[in-house]
Amino acid sequence: MSEVTVFEPDEPVVVEVEVNGEPVTAEVPSRMLLSDFLRQRLGLTGTHVGCEHGVCGACTVHIDGRPARSCLTLVAQTDGRSVRTVEGLACADGTLHPVQRAFKECHALQCGFCTPGFMMAVAGLLDERDDLATADDETIREEISGNVCRCTGYMNIVSAVKRAAELSNERG
Amino acid sequence: MKPSSFRYAVPTTLRAAIDIRAASEDSVVLAGGQSLIPTMNFRLANPEVVIDLRKLDELNYIRVGGGMVRMGAMTRQRVVEEDAEALAANPLIRETLTNVAHPAIRNRGTIGGSLAHADPSAELPTLLTTLRGTLTAQGPSGRRSIPATEFFEFIFTTALEPDELLVEAAVPVLEPGEGWAFTEFARRHGDYAVAGVAATLLVGPDGRISRARLGACGIATVPALLTECEELLTGNAPGDELFAAAGQVARDAVTVSDDSATTKAYRRHVLAGLVERTLKTAMTRVGVPR
Repeated sequence: MSEVTVFEPDEPVVVEVEVNGEPVTAEVPSRMLLSDFLRQRLGLTGTHVGCEHGVCGACTVHIDGRPARSCLTLVAQTDGRSVRTVEGLACADGTLHPVQRAFKECHALQCGFCTPGFMMAVAGLLDERDDLATADDETIREEISGNVCRCTGYMNIVSAVKRAAELSNERG
Repeated sequence: MKPSSFRYAVPTTLRAAIDIRAASEDSVVLAGGQSLIPTMNFRLANPEVVIDLRKLDELNYIRVGGGMVRMGAMTRQRVVEEDAEALAANPLIRETLTNVAHPAIRNRGTIGGSLAHADPSAELPTLLTTLRGTLTAQGPSGRRSIPATEFFEFIFTTALEPDELLVEAAVPVLEPGEGWAFTEFARRHGDYAVAGVAATLLVGPDGRISRARLGACGIATVPALLTECEELLTGNAPGDELFAAAGQVARDAVTVSDDSATTKAYRRHVLAGLVERTLKTAMTRVGVPR
């Protein structure tokens, strides 16, 4: 095997990536961002594109189970990896993920633009921490500080994080 | 598409990565991409060649031994943050990393990427500098070690040669009973800090500070060593008055001028408070078993 593969600027890169549990094989330009790939090639427009330089968090997805900015990732970098988007949060039978239920119950969205990114960030957070149901607001605010809500609806988002943690703990 | 087009090279060995780096006039190295991709999205960087190190598993490791914590350049920041052995050996690493941007960024961002990027307001370069760590570079003619205090030369400028890659960063383990803290002040948690301070404190059996290490980010064109603070502290008995005095001494280390959000005078004020606060926190950990 050659020790380096070089793709010319107009030469497509073949990427094999698992998206929401389904294997996807695609030929993409090397410069294509994961966010654009998800939206334009796969039609997964739940992943929103805000600032496109990693500040707003709207494009947050999971790569290998961990939250990441899809606007700061080339699709080519996800070759051989798994990606989960907001479309992959609910169960196949339509049962909502605890984070989705909590956002709905707590009215944690206004215009909804930031919501998919917030939910992916919070879903990742719940995988790592089981103490958020009783955490203080400051802790929660720090944990979600990587996502910006342009409606400034943070109060209900903080409530939703606590509620999601409760629902998640109930589910075990 | 946001970035302009480029040749995309994916080496599977370090040797091949160095070869292509040495052979390219205008290349950039893609590690975690958390600083590089934004600059490419804005087309502030339009490199001819992007060398993606994602397949270099040989640069993905954490090794504790010989009094050092060694981190491969491609180790994700979040992985180091969660590493129990690194935490036991040097808890200042984790405390510093939790101040680097947000979890979603640290999941992708790498140790080597942040260090080679050399943003003077970033936390990792300050950690390496404060602890007098060592960076290892590898080029066509072999490996060499560079002290952190010589590695950072200017904003976004390091001692790396154009054909060299950063392969490892190492910091010493903390002594038993050594105190430590990293504190920063930012407008929003995870944003680039107005200023940040890393500190360690070792107190001898005579009750006096036998070694103090202090460094700061955000205040100069490189990560700043607060040597005058270190000298003031060393040999004296720790206490609130001494820590406050160290804060006042630190003010003059601010050399950056006003920017759109922060005046120099304000930054000096923030740094003084941070130094005092960081030392107090470090002192609460002196002599505490880890």
